[in-house]
Amino acid sequence: MSAAKGGGSTADRRVLDEASGVRAMTWVMAIMVFLTVLATALGLGTLTARAMLDRQLAGRMTIQVVDGDPARRDAVAARVTARLKGLSDVARVRSVDDATLARLLEPWLGSEAGSTELPMPALIDVDLRSADPAAATRVAAAVRAVAPGIAADRHERWMSPVSGVMTMLAALAGGLVLLMAVATGAVVLLAVRAALEAHRGTIEVMHMLGATDVQVARLFQRRLALDALVGGIGGGVAALAVAGLVGRRVEALGSELLGGVAMTGGDWVVLALVPFGFVMLAMLTARRAVLTDLRRTL
Amino acid sequence: MANIVQFENVGLRYGTGQETLSDVSFALAAGAFHLLTGPSGAGKTSLLRLLYLAQRPSRGIIRLFGEDAVMMPRDRLPGFRRRIGVVFQDFRLVPHLSAWDNIALPLRVAGVVEADIQQPVREMLAWVGLADRAQSRPATLSGGEQQRVAIARAVIARPEMLVADEPTGNVDPDMAERLLHLFESLNRLGTTVVVATHDYHLLNRFPAARMMRLDKGRLIDPTGSLRYPPAVGIPA
Repeated sequence: MSAAKGGGSTADRRVLDEASGVRAMTWVMAIMVFLTVLATALGLGTLTARAMLDRQLAGRMTIQVVDGDPARRDAVAARVTARLKGLSDVARVRSVDDATLARLLEPWLGSEAGSTELPMPALIDVDLRSADPAAATRVAAAVRAVAPGIAADRHERWMSPVSGVMTMLAALAGGLVLLMAVATGAVVLLAVRAALEAHRGTIEVMHMLGATDVQVARLFQRRLALDALVGGIGGGVAALAVAGLVGRRVEALGSELLGGVAMTGGDWVVLALVPFGFVMLAMLTARRAVLTDLRRTL
Repeated sequence: MANIVQFENVGLRYGTGQETLSDVSFALAAGAFHLLTGPSGAGKTSLLRLLYLAQRPSRGIIRLFGEDAVMMPRDRLPGFRRRIGVVFQDFRLVPHLSAWDNIALPLRVAGVVEADIQQPVREMLAWVGLADRAQSRPATLSGGEQQRVAIARAVIARPEMLVADEPTGNVDPDMAERLLHLFESLNRLGTTVVVATHDYHLLNRFPAARMMRLDKGRLIDPTGSLRYPPAVGIPA
């Protein structure tokens, strides 16, 4: 008779075939993986959007010239523009025309936004050559030397609260993933303990027949891995479908900000790996739980 | 004949109660047929549990296959247990496995490949007269049939020592004799056999067997002949 290496036959699996406690893992795992993949998608999407926002806003500023006299305002704006074009830190200067300005103000001022009777500021968008805050400070100082009362705002400063919220959302998603992993580990532990109790007699017999703890643990591990894999794949596929659907809806909004909440190819790979990570977690938890329990017996 | 088992002043106590076994000393010769007898509650099952390593004694020395079984590290026990076949009093068949799978279990535990399992299991089923019940689960078998499956499971891996606790308790007299003859034939092949029974009629049919008698947790050995007991007549 030759000894089998590795084992894993159907007959071996039958020894725990009626492990209802372990079987419940399929559903638990499906739900856990579904929620975890969605939380991971939220985290990854938010991180991508934040990175895009940071890239877009870094090194950009707006100069605002406020004057009740339109002629004087335009003259100052022209001097400032000329000065900006002469600065080495500046890559591009663009004056915001009146029509664009009226459109930007319309949500607050209504149709009056385009009225010539309202004193409107002159806006100049500036793209800097670098995202270095020192460059923005130099540019602001240079334009204030031309016209002391004008405002120079970095876009980064306006949007930093948004970026902060996005960072918080990503951290929250990470925390959720961690909690799901801990909860899954705890559920596996409970399921394995229940299964151990249900099969105490079988385990004793196997021990008396010369089975090692590792052999017994392997039976539980295999059974649990199979159930967890089925549940994990089911939950994972469902969550990927939901993430894809939500992504498409967000894309359809056409929002510059929300449009960044799209995931990269690498993000999808990470999402697809989540179920397998959870199966691995379940297997290792089951193995440890069984071995710890068996060590208490002879 | 070398001793396969040696007990020296072994005591066993469950919890804080009285000793179930006290000062038990004996030696089992390798290749011999031993009968352990005594009234119910005498400690036969407890003694057998020590023999098949289901229990460690509270005191004393047990040497099994030439090694100290009391201080033996836990991870070495499986290797020793594979050398011992056990027929439990309550059979302990795995309820959701068929008779076939129950009998095959020791071979699977030992890592024997599936192809090498078929023939011995088939032979064993035929040997205990259950060839036509191979796929039946224990719940659908009678007490006697379950006992035969338990016996087949105990001997299929050709253990060096066979320990049987009341193996004939649930079978008719004919089957009981057949089973003991089966143990005898295993014994002739070199297996040391230890059978616990309180069936004196059965004992009388095997005068060649060496006998140990337990009463109230102590080995009754008034003449000293029972330590290495010769075949003795047993009162009918």
